[in-house]
This record gives sequence, structure tokens and C-alpha cells, in this order.
Amino acid sequence: MGYEFIEGNEAIARGAMKAKCDFFASYPITPASSILHYMLQFVPEAGGLAIQAEDEIASMGFCIGAAMAGRKVLTSTSGPGMSLYSENIGLAIIGETPMVIVDVQRQGPATGSATKGAESDIQFTRWSTSGGLPIIALSPATVGEAYELTYIAFNLAEKYRTPVFLLTNKEVGVTKESVDLDSIRLPRLLERKRVPSDQQVYYPHEFDTLEEVPAISDFGGDHIARYTTSTHDKTAYLTTDPDKIQEMIDHYAAKINAAVEDMTLVKADLEDGADILVISYGIISRSVAVAVKEARSQGVKISSLVLQTIWPVPEKAIQTAMRGVKKVIVPEMNMGQYLIEIERLAPRDIEVVGVNKMNTTLISPREILERGRIA
Amino acid sequence: MSDVTYKTYLNEDIGPLPFCPGCGHNTIAKMLDKAMVKLQLDPKKTVIVTDIGCIGLTCRHFKMSAFHGLHGRSITYACGLKLARPDLTVIALKGDGACGIGGTHLLNVARRNIGITLIIANNLNYGMTGGQHSVTTPTGGITSTTPWGNVEGPMDLCGTAIAAGAPWVYRATMFDKDLADRLADAITQPGFAMLEVWELCSAYYTPRNELRKKELFELLEQYHFQAGLLVDKPRPEYSARYREAYEKGKNVITNKTPIVAKHSHKMGKQIGILIAGSAGQKIKSSATLFAEGAMFAGLNATQKDDYPITVQTGHSLAEIILSPDRIDYTGIDIPDYMLVVSQDGLNKSRACIAKLPESTVIYADDTLELPDTNAQVRKFGFFRMGKDVGKLSVVTAALAVLLEDTGMYPLDALADAIRRAQSPRIAAANLNALEAGAGLVRNSSKD
Repeated sequence: MGYEFIEGNEAIARGAMKAKCDFFASYPITPASSILHYMLQFVPEAGGLAIQAEDEIASMGFCIGAAMAGRKVLTSTSGPGMSLYSENIGLAIIGETPMVIVDVQRQGPATGSATKGAESDIQFTRWSTSGGLPIIALSPATVGEAYELTYIAFNLAEKYRTPVFLLTNKEVGVTKESVDLDSIRLPRLLERKRVPSDQQVYYPHEFDTLEEVPAISDFGGDHIARYTTSTHDKTAYLTTDPDKIQEMIDHYAAKINAAVEDMTLVKADLEDGADILVISYGIISRSVAVAVKEARSQGVKISSLVLQTIWPVPEKAIQTAMRGVKKVIVPEMNMGQYLIEIERLAPRDIEVVGVNKMNTTLISPREILERGRIA
Repeated sequence: MSDVTYKTYLNEDIGPLPFCPGCGHNTIAKMLDKAMVKLQLDPKKTVIVTDIGCIGLTCRHFKMSAFHGLHGRSITYACGLKLARPDLTVIALKGDGACGIGGTHLLNVARRNIGITLIIANNLNYGMTGGQHSVTTPTGGITSTTPWGNVEGPMDLCGTAIAAGAPWVYRATMFDKDLADRLADAITQPGFAMLEVWELCSAYYTPRNELRKKELFELLEQYHFQAGLLVDKPRPEYSARYREAYEKGKNVITNKTPIVAKHSHKMGKQIGILIAGSAGQKIKSSATLFAEGAMFAGLNATQKDDYPITVQTGHSLAEIILSPDRIDYTGIDIPDYMLVVSQDGLNKSRACIAKLPESTVIYADDTLELPDTNAQVRKFGFFRMGKDVGKLSVVTAALAVLLEDTGMYPLDALADAIRRAQSPRIAAANLNALEAGAGLVRNSSKD
């Protein structure tokens, strides 16, 4: 026990290692590069392999290949790199590949402000590839959460055989904080469900019910393994049969949609009789904590819901928190990307107010109080 | 397992190969099968990796592990599989189209020497999407996108791979009698091996350009594209070199011991400190030590830095928050304390200083001309101290001034942080600077 003074990016690398990550590929990009530096040190130390790829496309390609050969893989980037990840995100979804993708968000679009924070990629991540199928994304607010949620992201990736995103922010990634990582309680480490070695026939995408996550046999293991970028049935052979195609698409959606509760991580600080609810995620949830404390000290009845899981939208938790309030405030370091999800869920008689800023600076508690017309 | 003899890996249940009559892909697929039979490859320990293009239809016809990925990216998946499992035989099979969109991967796999086999089926155009020109279409070639003749020149794929450092490169044609044997040679290379097969696209390129066997060889001659084994210069494969380099060069990182509070503090509420200096002044690392010193006194801390991308020049700012409680908001709207220790730092923070209220205390070098401000300004001879404590310890001395003047946490806690993090030699210099800085305050209060 004891404290360290480390940045969020190091905590991500440490969380990945705690989750037994043994393969890493990434391309340098501010403000995510230090994850690459840490992993180049940590992964070979643990017997695995970390490599700087020639570009973000290759980073993803290496990771998908390695993941299907049984490795636990991580890659990290920022907004411009996410653009290049797009095609392989689709591949990871259609191929049901467990992997963790870190996006240390910065001010976009394009090169934007490379060294400055923002939450540019909230909806971009949700719709980052063709197909529009559900994805999983977690967002840490602190260095400690960066560690914890990276570890949990690996569990979710393995459990649901899908890419899982960690959507962090320069403001968490390269801010140092005093933290005691060992004091953070982590769930049991999960591994993908594997096909028994004596099973005669192996189908890479076999399920009885749509939401069932298929067991996997790694490339180079005890079975002939197959993987395809094309529409396919359980065999991973291309199919053009509309019924089989629809079934597989339904499966990709169902395995995540049926498990929303399992992957919902929120922090609710609800006050009885509150008129106002603030919904936030990531670094700005910390400004909210200060604003809520200040408002309460002035006698305002106010609740806060912090989302650590942002995709899939924790709808039940949000709807529960919204019960009885008159106004919901959604502060974000973007032009209102999550606001539209809250508007979609809010009953008509609730006013939904975005506090949005995208000038590379944090939203302060004062701005939340003033622009949210709280106190 | 080992008593099984493989006579073919082609999967008859899938049906015959799907290629057009006369298409070279038929030959390549059959010769690849023959080569793999010759080598008696284990279908579970061999992966055929393909991407988009007609040749990508091949892998489904083999009873072996197969990975069919996105256009032009087969090399990246093949490398991922091989890096994860160096014991696997990984064969990537792609077309000339994929060499255009995925050209960088070709350069980089050759350069890295990752031990995959790359077979390029070069039929001089895109067959799958309707006969468009590719990076290997000859000049003058008629395709659906060069209807009046290709004005671009063809890329020498083998030459490109060789220039990038590929240790084994072979150029073949679909008419070679020994193609299967040469494919087997390629597969058994320990490092990266590339075999390009020139072939006919009977659907598009052949009819549009009257290209048959004779004309294909004439083209090779015209471009001085030599056939046969072009390079055979083995060098150590990537995975082996990776491990070797790591073992040889690894830094034994001794983890710093965690910080356990052993001093007390007098801080009642969260405070924000802004340090404004220059690159080369150790602003970042001194700020970190200052925060870690606070942690030795039982405080929580955060630190953010701001400096230009060109790290060795210009300003360097550090923002530190210290608090007896959990730190939520990590921004500093109004700093409680500010250290100005260089002209660059002053220039960068001039506007901020001008707006500071009187609650802020600024510690500045006495040679710097600060803008008008309501903040309380305390001037010290920081620069002059450089002569005694060393230039690299000036910021540490200035932080000692701040500590001694405010008593926010004990100097001894900062001394503990210095001893924990730094080598004895550097620590000695900084401990000396601590004393000098504190002395400066004690002397000034005597005056």
C-alpha cells in the first residue's frame, strides 16, 4: 500500500498488464503516445510483444491477427488515428474479435489541437464503422479509473468477443495524480470461452440463442480456425443467404443489447426531491462533483449521475435518475454529442440543457452552475 | 497427427475453384496446394491469409486455417498472427490491387523481416471490381479506367520489396513448370519471403490487350523485370531479434517505492500553484517532486504540464493542485500561488498575471518585469542563485522558497521526495538547493 504520482496513460498501461495483456501495437500520436512507451517497456517484460506499427491501419491489423491467435491485445490512439482504425473496427466486430482500443481524445476535427483535451469522439466511436452495430465504450474520470476501467474493458472484450473502447481524454491521459492502484478492487479476470480441445467440429460463430457469445478456438490451436470479413454463417464461410446474414447481424446486436445491465457502470449521487439532475462522464464529471457540492451548500436540491459506461447507453440508470426532476444538465467538452442520447430518453416535460465547450479547456464548476442556471 | 498424409488441402465439399477459365488464379491455387502437400503442412498450424480481390476467394477452398480480411491488409493480419505465434506457418496471398492500397505494409514487412510468406498474384489489373488499372498495369494498357491507354507506369513489386530489405524475393509466372517447388521454397524461408506470380486475367486484361503467354514474357523483358530468384540473403527473423534485443538492452527498471505519508501538513483547503518557466529548467520534473513531497505530507496532488511540441525550446508551464481532500476539478481558474522563473514563462503567462486578484501570491525572479497586477508580488534572486545551486536546481530552490514562506508542507517532505526519486548525486544538488531557497526566505524575513 502506498501512493504513486502517475498519469492516466500509465494507469491504462498498468491496467492492461493487470489484465494480462500480452500483445500491443500502436502508432505514435499525441496525447496517446506515452501508452505506447509504457507498453513497449511492460509487455516484453511480461514475455509478450509490443510493436510500433507503420500506421494505425497496421496497428489494428496486427492486433486483430494476434487476438485471433489467442493474445490479449491493446491498441491506443487519438482522434485522427480513430479515423484510420475505422475499417478494422468493422472487421473486429464481424469477426467477433476480443480487443481493447484506447482513444485518448483531443480537440478535433482533423489535427485540431494535438496537445489539448476534448471529447471529440463520443458519437464518432459509436458510429465508427459501417454497419451501425452496438459497441462497448467506457470512460474514466480519474487516473485510478483509467486503471480500473482498462482492466474491466479487457474482461468485457473477452466475455463478449468484441472490441471494447476506452474513451479517455488528454485531461486524464497526461494529468498526473496521486493514486494507490493497489487499493482499487478489481473483479475476477475473465478469459474468452474456448472450445474444448477434443471437440470434433469447430464453428467460429456458433450459438444456440442470438445473445450467446460463441466459444473460440485460437488460430494455431486444436482446430482449423477461420475468420472472414464477409457476411458469413457459423462456419465463417461467406454466405449470401439473407436469412443467415440477418441471423448473424441479430446476433452481433443481441449479444451486447441483452447484456447492457452487465456492462453498465454508473455512479449515482441522487438526492431525494431533486429538481435538477446533472449527467456527465469522464473528466467533466469531476467539475460536476464540485458544482453539485457548491449548489447543495446553497440549498439547491440536485442529483448527479456519472456514466462510466457510455456505450451501450445505460438507459435504465438514466431513466431512473431522471424520475421526478424538472431539468437535466449535460456538460460535455464537445458540441453536445451525448446530449442527443439524453434528449432521446427524457420525457417531454423535462428540460434538457447542454453545457458545451470545445475550446480545448475544461468546463469549470462555475460554468456548469452558471450556464446550467443552477445557482 | 503425424501419421496423416495430406494428398491435397483443397476442399471438395466447397466445390471447384471459382475462377474464370484461363485465369492464372486457378494455377496459383493448385500450385500452392501442391507446394503445401510437398511440405505436408499441418492445416491447424498453417494459416492462409487473404484479402479482397479475386485471389482472396482462394482461402475458402483450402481445408486449413484461413483468415480473410480487408482489402490490402492481409500482410498486417499475417504479421499479427506470426508475431503472436512464431511457430505458425503464415502464408499471405494477395493481388496487385492490394499492393496499391496496402503498399506501405509491403515495404514494412520486408523491412522488418517478419517471417511470413507473401504470394502476390499479379494479373495487371483489378479483376474483382471490373478490370480497372492497378499499380502494376503496364503503360499503354487498356483497362476500364484507362480506356485510351494507361499513362502511368507499372510498379516493380519485386524491386520494391528488395529495396525495402526483403531477404528472399522470387518473380515467377503462371507458366513456370517449377512453380509449386518455388512456392515451397518461399514457404520454408525462415524470414520474410515474397513470390510474385505474373499471370493472365482472362476476363479483362487478356482480351482488352491481347495479352497471352508470349506477350506476358515480352512485357517482363520490356520492363527489365527479371524472373527467377532475385534475392536470397537470409538475415535473422523479427521475433527472434526482438527477444534478443530486449534481453540485451532492457532497462532494469527498479520500481520506486510507493509513497507513504510520514509528515504532517497545515493545509486547510485545496490550492492551485502555477509554475511558469522555460524548457531546460526542469520545470516538469521539479513540479513532480514538489507534488510527491506533498504526498509525503499526506496531501493529494495533480499535475498538468504545457509546453511546445518542440520540447527543448520556449516556455514550460506546470500546474499543481494540492489538497487535503480528494481532488475533483483539475483546472486552476485562479492560482493561489505562482512561480515565475523565466522570461519565456513570463511571456506565456503575462495575460494571466494581469488578471490575477490580490489573493494570489506571485514569487518572481527580481530581474523580471511583471505586468501590472492586483496579485501580491514577492521578488527573489532566483537567477542569481543558479551560480550557487546550479542552473538545473533553480526551480527546486524557488519551490523551497514557496514552502518556507507559506509552510504549506514541511521542507523535509520535499527532501524525502528528492531522495526517493533521484540518484544520490542529483539529489545532493537539489537538497542543497532546498536549503539555499529556504535560507533566502529566512534571510529576507530578518531584513
